[in-house]
Amino acid sequence: MNLNNIKNQFPIFSKKINGKSLVYLDSSNSSQKPISVLNKLDEFYRYEFSNVGRSIHSLAVKATNKFDETRVSIKNFINAKSKDEIIFTKNATESINLVASTFGQQNINKGDEILITELEHHSNYVPWHYLRKIKGAVIKFAPINEDGDIEINKFEKLITPKTKIVGITHLSNVTGTIVPVKEIVEIAHKKNIPVLIDGCQSAPHIKIDVQDIDCDFYVMSAHKVYGPTGVGILYGKKKWLENLPPYMGGGGMISEVKKDKITYASLPEKYEAGTMPTAEVIAFNESIKFMNSIGIQNLMNHEKELTNYALEKLKKINAVKLIGNPKNKAGVISFTIKGIHPHDIATILDEDGVAIRAGHHCCQILHEKLNLSATARVSLGIYNTKEDIDILCKAIENCRKVFKLK
Amino acid sequence: MDLKELYQDIILDHGKSPRNFGKCKGYSHKGKGYNPLCGDQVEVYLKLNDKKKVEDLKFEGSGCAISIASTSIMTESVKGKSFDEVKEIMNTFLDMIRNTSEIQSNHLDEDQKTKLMSLSGVKQFPMRVKCATLSWHTLVSAMEERKIEVNTEVID
Repeated sequence: MNLNNIKNQFPIFSKKINGKSLVYLDSSNSSQKPISVLNKLDEFYRYEFSNVGRSIHSLAVKATNKFDETRVSIKNFINAKSKDEIIFTKNATESINLVASTFGQQNINKGDEILITELEHHSNYVPWHYLRKIKGAVIKFAPINEDGDIEINKFEKLITPKTKIVGITHLSNVTGTIVPVKEIVEIAHKKNIPVLIDGCQSAPHIKIDVQDIDCDFYVMSAHKVYGPTGVGILYGKKKWLENLPPYMGGGGMISEVKKDKITYASLPEKYEAGTMPTAEVIAFNESIKFMNSIGIQNLMNHEKELTNYALEKLKKINAVKLIGNPKNKAGVISFTIKGIHPHDIATILDEDGVAIRAGHHCCQILHEKLNLSATARVSLGIYNTKEDIDILCKAIENCRKVFKLK
Repeated sequence: MDLKELYQDIILDHGKSPRNFGKCKGYSHKGKGYNPLCGDQVEVYLKLNDKKKVEDLKFEGSGCAISIASTSIMTESVKGKSFDEVKEIMNTFLDMIRNTSEIQSNHLDEDQKTKLMSLSGVKQFPMRVKCATLSWHTLVSAMEERKIEVNTEVID
């Protein structure tokens, strides 16, 4: 497959930014959308719209089936055992909140420990913090080393008889570290501790197999895998989802409602209260089809080649300091430039049509550890090319010119 | 949009070598400002004299060239001024950044006006306005003896 023409499938690349062709290097934040996803959204709203799971007219039946097709696609995409283990949420953040809240309600008491890592996005810390506030739980952070790798032996030592759950990212949105989650799960499971994996960043970049990893929960957002905003996934092993209490209450998640008693729907509806982002879930299937049509292995090869090319070129620019050097790295590259704050870098790059992110990337714990207040971040998507990297590097040189640095 | 207008020499100079950086001895007031979107933070230390005028003003913090330069230029613009005068200068500064591109104040000399005006390019970059205004809000908050941290996402 010729991936160089893939930009043609993304209408946004026909638009000029500040008079320049768009070089989009902010896919870790959110990816751009292929035409098939956009068409499906339009088509569904225009010609196929109905709510799902309620009415029995033809449109409703068709929409309900389409909705369910996405669930099956996701099940296959992450190799879950059953489609009932796939819950639609608003985003990965909501998925983590769902687990923290329901698991916490049932299993966390004062003094119990939640083990996360210094790599985590705020969305895999703040929901656990609520349990610290409400239940008196203790949050422990497994440390990373200078390369941005989790120190597995230190992680293991932080597990105590009080550890009740582990929350860990699969892929860092700052250093690009691919975390050996299978090993982590194995360590935790030896002590019967369940593991939640934040797969937001891994989903667009690497093959996911939740049965092979054997994790208890896995979360991701559609908008980072070329899908619409407003949809997320919670994968949970049946043994957990069946036994944890419900999260949001409302229509669609009940079985029977009496004045003195309410029973709940079975999976997956138990966790899907209220009208869901129907069109977005249905269009999400198109982004999975798009990824499958490329093939995860082709996608990984393309991004690996591009990441290596980018790292090589960036290393040649003296003023650039790369953040982290993990053993296994995906296309997420954070850096600083001596004498220029990341925000100024982002503004100057934007003038050349190069979109990157600057700041702490919702990882203040990680930035504190690295003793940085902000970094500039380049994150790759399937549509990026070597030419994009060349334009980036040229734009970085321009930063130094604007700042009149030698 | 014009990068040269944004990153003028005055800004690059103050961004690289900020004036009045540090803590002033025996400060009477202190304010803390934070921009949660980018992590910029600033702490201003000021000493008011018996007449409630700014006798000394220094700052510490980290941030982009715009935020450091704006803070540095601010410290040079308000020394010797009363609270009301500082507020008036801030208002004309905010008005320049957001609307007019002009500084109108009887409390500033030409050199001070020129330096403040060098930040007028920020207007073309709406995402960067908060970089330039954080320290001013922090200063006024400190003078008003408000104990809370100024947060760019709470102020307008």
